[in-house]
Amino acid sequence: MQTGLEDQLGLYQKRIPIFTRSVKGNFRRFKTSVLVLAYAIYFLLPWLPWSRLDAPAQAVLFDLPGRRFLIFGLTVYPQDVIWLALLLFIAAILLFFVTGLVGRAFCGYFCFQTLWTDFYIWIEHKIQGERPARVRLYRQPWDREKVLKVGGTHVLWVLASFWTGLTFVAYFTYAPQLVVDFFTAQAATAAYITTGILTLSTYAAAGLMREQICTYVCPYGRFQSVMYEAETLAVHYDARRGEGTLGRAVVRAGRGIVTERRRAAAEGGVAVERRRDNLSAGQRALAERQEKGYGDCVDCGLCVQVCPVGIDIREGLQYKCISCGLCIDACNTIMDSFGFPRGLIRYDSEKNLAAATPAAPKVQWKRLKTIGYGVALVLMTGYLGYSVATRGSFDRAVNQIRQPLYVVLSNGDIRNRYQIRITNKAAQDQVYVISARGIPADALDLGNFREITIKPGHSGLVQASVRLPLAVATKTPHFELVITPQGKPAEERSEKVRFDTPGKRP
Amino acid sequence: MSEQKLQSQTVQTTGHAWDGDLQEYNNPLPAWWVYTFYATVIFSIVYWTIYPSWPFGKGWIGGVSDITYVNSEGETKTHSWNTRALLLEDLNQAASAQKPYFDKVSAMTYEQIAKDPEMNGFILSSGKALFADNCAPCHQAGGQGVVGFFPNLTDDDWLYGGSFDTIHETLMGGRRGYMPTFGEVLSGEQIDQLANYVASLSGTNHDAGKAAAGNVLFHSETAACYYCHSSDAKGRKDIGAPNLTDNIWLWADVPAAEGAEGKIAAIRGVISSGLNRGVMPAWAGRLSPEQIKVLTVYVHELGGGQ
Repeated sequence: MQTGLEDQLGLYQKRIPIFTRSVKGNFRRFKTSVLVLAYAIYFLLPWLPWSRLDAPAQAVLFDLPGRRFLIFGLTVYPQDVIWLALLLFIAAILLFFVTGLVGRAFCGYFCFQTLWTDFYIWIEHKIQGERPARVRLYRQPWDREKVLKVGGTHVLWVLASFWTGLTFVAYFTYAPQLVVDFFTAQAATAAYITTGILTLSTYAAAGLMREQICTYVCPYGRFQSVMYEAETLAVHYDARRGEGTLGRAVVRAGRGIVTERRRAAAEGGVAVERRRDNLSAGQRALAERQEKGYGDCVDCGLCVQVCPVGIDIREGLQYKCISCGLCIDACNTIMDSFGFPRGLIRYDSEKNLAAATPAAPKVQWKRLKTIGYGVALVLMTGYLGYSVATRGSFDRAVNQIRQPLYVVLSNGDIRNRYQIRITNKAAQDQVYVISARGIPADALDLGNFREITIKPGHSGLVQASVRLPLAVATKTPHFELVITPQGKPAEERSEKVRFDTPGKRP
Repeated sequence: MSEQKLQSQTVQTTGHAWDGDLQEYNNPLPAWWVYTFYATVIFSIVYWTIYPSWPFGKGWIGGVSDITYVNSEGETKTHSWNTRALLLEDLNQAASAQKPYFDKVSAMTYEQIAKDPEMNGFILSSGKALFADNCAPCHQAGGQGVVGFFPNLTDDDWLYGGSFDTIHETLMGGRRGYMPTFGEVLSGEQIDQLANYVASLSGTNHDAGKAAAGNVLFHSETAACYYCHSSDAKGRKDIGAPNLTDNIWLWADVPAAEGAEGKIAAIRGVISSGLNRGVMPAWAGRLSPEQIKVLTVYVHELGGGQ
């Protein structure tokens, strides 16, 4: 080991605090609208009423003790776990698809870590002021002002975290009752534990850890990098334009747009002459800079100041970038104020940036991977929609009893037995009639249960035995068991089952 | 060499040197390790005060937490926390959750249980567990039995009768099936004739001439088969003598035997050596009356009952 390295390397890198400057622009507006929409849905949905016969009037209720999820008019039972699998598959494919097209859009605009961090930074900004004020506050000793402002920020953060946690719990029980019970110490222990854990984790993740979650904890950000292709749009700094041949140059007296304007005002005639060239003051200044070999970047550092993960996008695409687009807004603001063209930092593809004459950046989807993701997405979403739309009012599982597969009866007939489990997914009691197709009517013996009444959300077990003469049995490898809810012939469901005979003995 | 010298200047050593330059570093433990160690020390002290820990005299220090449970004698006991009592407590809870169902079982008749959908579901699941624990070692998990040893409970032939009452009787008192050894009484030819006759009863391949002679022998006082199997060879349920005219074979594995000669040989084997292994233990006293009632309905349903 290198000498003295033990002293230099700590166990972990100390976090460099990030004070983001607020910025205005299209991406900021988009982020804010996503935030408002997502928060409205998350915080208000548990309070949406929905009248039901047999459950609390809550539009979205995950009824764990009742083993069912109530989602508006849809009741989801554990048997429908395939829907969850499909949903997760769709979510994964959607992430791949979008990342392949426009990079880490999920991270930048939709991820709850981003949303909550954004909101917490907004609180911090409202109480402690803009970036310079916050930096000053950070450096000043713990006097009354600092205690009040920083303390107030943390109090608000904890409150927001608490409401986040309580709202999550409200999805699992009747929300108005929960809030009353919670503050009168009557709610379930699980409610307190869950709210407590979520309060702490939200406060820690959105208030204290912030970008460290994205950089060190989150796996999605890491594996999304393998979905990037040369055509993928991502937030890029146009280094060719920004650096020129001599690099960046700060706008100083004599080169700056302000002096340019002043000079133009003083030397009216020249200004008039130049106006004839049909060039704006900004374009003239730019032309002058480019003549001298400087790039368009004025090195104002605003793109770094607004970055929530504290990186410099001008160093190129890097793993910490969550592609939130705020640096684009910041740079465009500066470019506008100088009268330079926008888009020094912009959404663009590596391929386009490397081209001799870069074209206008646009989403490029004509790639095998993207089309593949798209097709999978459409198919799976279609299947989920179809499966939900055509769901039955009951669930059935028909299993042949395999010990033994068949029984030889005293007169030589062959008997197979089947266990039928019916789960009533409708909201009221239902009678189910069981019959068979493909075998003689008297072959099916259901004992005492040719009809079975099942309560909503409950399951019923029926043992069916089928008896066939050997000659018929050998010609009947399969037949169908039919389950019909009484009075609803349209909802009839049949299940093809095997009939085993001694001849098939392996 | 120069690097080593540099290191010895910056890192503290134990002060010893072997072979001239061999030294041992005296690096401090990492702070996180030390704090974790302190945390485990504090954790263990908290643990000692809550849970049983140190041996002390003839017993041990029980800790402040305790557990209340009902022991096998039905007494409520409070003891310092231990996993054995926790298990008893869990078993008690499970038993009391099942109790309403078993109460219903003892209150209802067999027919009522079999016709109630909810109770039927309970019988299918609890009966399956009871059967697997107690009956499956002989009768196999599905009740299919083993030819030559244990009767198949899923067919429609009942040695001692398939009504609820006779199944209950079988479970309570057990059964003992017995057939005398004829190998010492009858000649080989006579046994062969009897075997052909038994095969003819269920339409299995046989020698008609030998079967006719066997028929005579079956009903004669020499072999006296009809005493137990009755003169129509359909057996007697009161003593568990099997019906010889159906397609079900318990003792002689005729269906699996190869060829006509093999099938006859299988029957011959049973006649000549007899049987003394049709023993089923009595379950009264080993299982509770409710458990036996559950099993009665379960077994009745396995074979369709009578």
